Amino acid sequence: MGNKTIGLELGVKGFLLLITAILVAIGLSTTILLIMGASPLDAFGLILSGSLGSSSKLAYVMTAWVPVLLCSAGLLVTFSAGLWNIGIEGQVVMGAVFATGMMQVLQESLPPAAVLTLAACAGLLGGASWGMLAGGLRLYGNVNEIFGGLGLNFIAGSLTVYLVLGPWKRPGIGSTSGTQPFPPSLWLPAFEGFQVSPIELLLGISVIVLASIALRGTHLGLQLKAIGKNPRSAFLMGIPIGRQMLLAFGLCGALAGLAGWVLVVGTSARHNLFPLISSGYGFLAILVVLLANLSALWSVPIAFFFTAISMGSLQLALQRQLDSSMGGVIQGMLLLSVLITKGLQSRFLQWGQR
Amino acid sequence: MDIAILINSILAASPPLLFAVLGETITEKAGVINLSLDGSLLLTAMVGFIIALHTNSVIAGFLTGMAVGAFIGLIIAFMSLTLHQPQVATGFVLTLLSRDLAYVVGNPYTHLPGPQVPHMPIPGLKELTFIGPVLFDQNPVVYLSLLAIILVWIYIFKTRSGLKLQGLGERPAAAFLRGVNVTKMRYFYTLIGGALVGLGGASFSLMVKPGWARPYGIEGTGWIALAIVIFGGWKPIRAALGIFFFVALQTAVNILQSAAPNVPTQLFPTLPFPLMILTLLFVTIGNAEWMNRILNRLPVGTKRFFIRTLKALQTSPPASLGTLFKKE
Repeated sequence: MGNKTIGLELGVKGFLLLITAILVAIGLSTTILLIMGASPLDAFGLILSGSLGSSSKLAYVMTAWVPVLLCSAGLLVTFSAGLWNIGIEGQVVMGAVFATGMMQVLQESLPPAAVLTLAACAGLLGGASWGMLAGGLRLYGNVNEIFGGLGLNFIAGSLTVYLVLGPWKRPGIGSTSGTQPFPPSLWLPAFEGFQVSPIELLLGISVIVLASIALRGTHLGLQLKAIGKNPRSAFLMGIPIGRQMLLAFGLCGALAGLAGWVLVVGTSARHNLFPLISSGYGFLAILVVLLANLSALWSVPIAFFFTAISMGSLQLALQRQLDSSMGGVIQGMLLLSVLITKGLQSRFLQWGQR
Repeated sequence: MDIAILINSILAASPPLLFAVLGETITEKAGVINLSLDGSLLLTAMVGFIIALHTNSVIAGFLTGMAVGAFIGLIIAFMSLTLHQPQVATGFVLTLLSRDLAYVVGNPYTHLPGPQVPHMPIPGLKELTFIGPVLFDQNPVVYLSLLAIILVWIYIFKTRSGLKLQGLGERPAAAFLRGVNVTKMRYFYTLIGGALVGLGGASFSLMVKPGWARPYGIEGTGWIALAIVIFGGWKPIRAALGIFFFVALQTAVNILQSAAPNVPTQLFPTLPFPLMILTLLFVTIGNAEWMNRILNRLPVGTKRFFIRTLKALQTSPPASLGTLFKKE
């Protein structure tokens, strides 16, 4: 654990740090709310009741949790190799686009289970290709992956708008509300009375577990970590850096694409393709993985917590004269205060050193 | 005269990007990356507008925007230079945080009319043929932005302190040995750069896109600015040319949009981004190994032409950009 680590570390001291950071973040967010003339208690209460207050709200959070988990799993791979896959939003979008396209072509001719499976494969492919594009730009064009990925996000976004208003528009008049929704037979099946699909949950959890195992125990995982720690010595060790980096981008993109598929067919999805379908889940996952200090184990609860904040803060816009971005402010403040407390600890408070 | 009006409008739309790019260039020359531009431009635009609205003073708006921009620079500097946390992580978090903060705090102020920078032609000079209507029929912020290009260029490349600034980003160890307080000066330039970014943000809301809204319509511009810093090779004048070219293209796209109604309009706002990728590609591809291999196969004359073109486009960052300086 050198200076290179970001975010939290496990253990008692890590826990104390987390508490401090949470208090600081709550303090800062409270200040913002007071400046806005809102009651902080009321606002935090609304976020809580809006995310966990009823079984239907909890179900909604849980289904939104899955795409964040999938993106986090992918980002664990790229971050391990020291890569900033900011293009993840676009990879989610392309996954959704490919999945929608596949379903539109096949929905009449194949049984629903086959359509859904093939759509998932299409989503994987769409995300992976968009990820490899960012990776290829970095590798063969020396274009920093932050700029390449960001540009590709915007391109994917307007491709969706074009598809929704153009070739894939609803019968009659095309609108930005999206394509014609798919019939319920093409929705992932949910529990009785609890609108969460076991398939989704299983997928989200198992993918992040698999990513964690792959990073710890496989050749590829260890090579990626070596590249992330020190590319030069990784190169001297004979690791094919370029190929493995491209693979990392492809893997992360594929998982993001799978998240895109979930956003089309999932229980709480709108069951169609619409502009901004990625809803910031990819960026949210970047914050999650940073906060989790690249730990898969920590990513799971943090992803849930952050998704709950995002979903709960929607109520601020619906029920109070506040902007739903308040959730983002709380998340950002939290991450910033964790980074600050962690920095203070490692630089000035030696009690934190093990 | 049409050309004059066109150039006039390009210059009038450029100040936000000019200030942001000049600020980021200064910060990066000192070896620090302030990645937060896309968020900090929004936040400073919002703050600048609100303050100008409440005080009914455009100047107060600009000053507050600059203060907020400098404060973001301070966070970046503190996190990196004092706490040794990674700059890209801090910058990315601040990008999202500033954007969301702008939306939250700006929420009650959407679509309100507010004060704007007054038009101020310079009497006498304005009457000059061509140059008059192009350069001197503008507002004070435009004059300031054009002046800023020259001033920043002179400062970086023609003064002693500018030489030290370059040393901070190129060889901090050597600068340290010459008695420069590297950390303190990096703090200083990150704050100055941040303040210029804030000036850019405020020139959006008080001049180029008056008011506030969600979305405000400049989302993504911060990333373009960061890319232009690279394209500009960390040189003010080349970066400014890049900005004028970029704004000219935007203007051309707007004209095209009304001229070609059949092309789906939603594609136009995205055009800057493939362009950004392509530009960066041209700037960096000369370094790629496979490119050199291809070039080596070409006949001598063509090869020389291509190598010269690529060399002219190619830029390289300050050698110690984004790295920490530790006294051993």
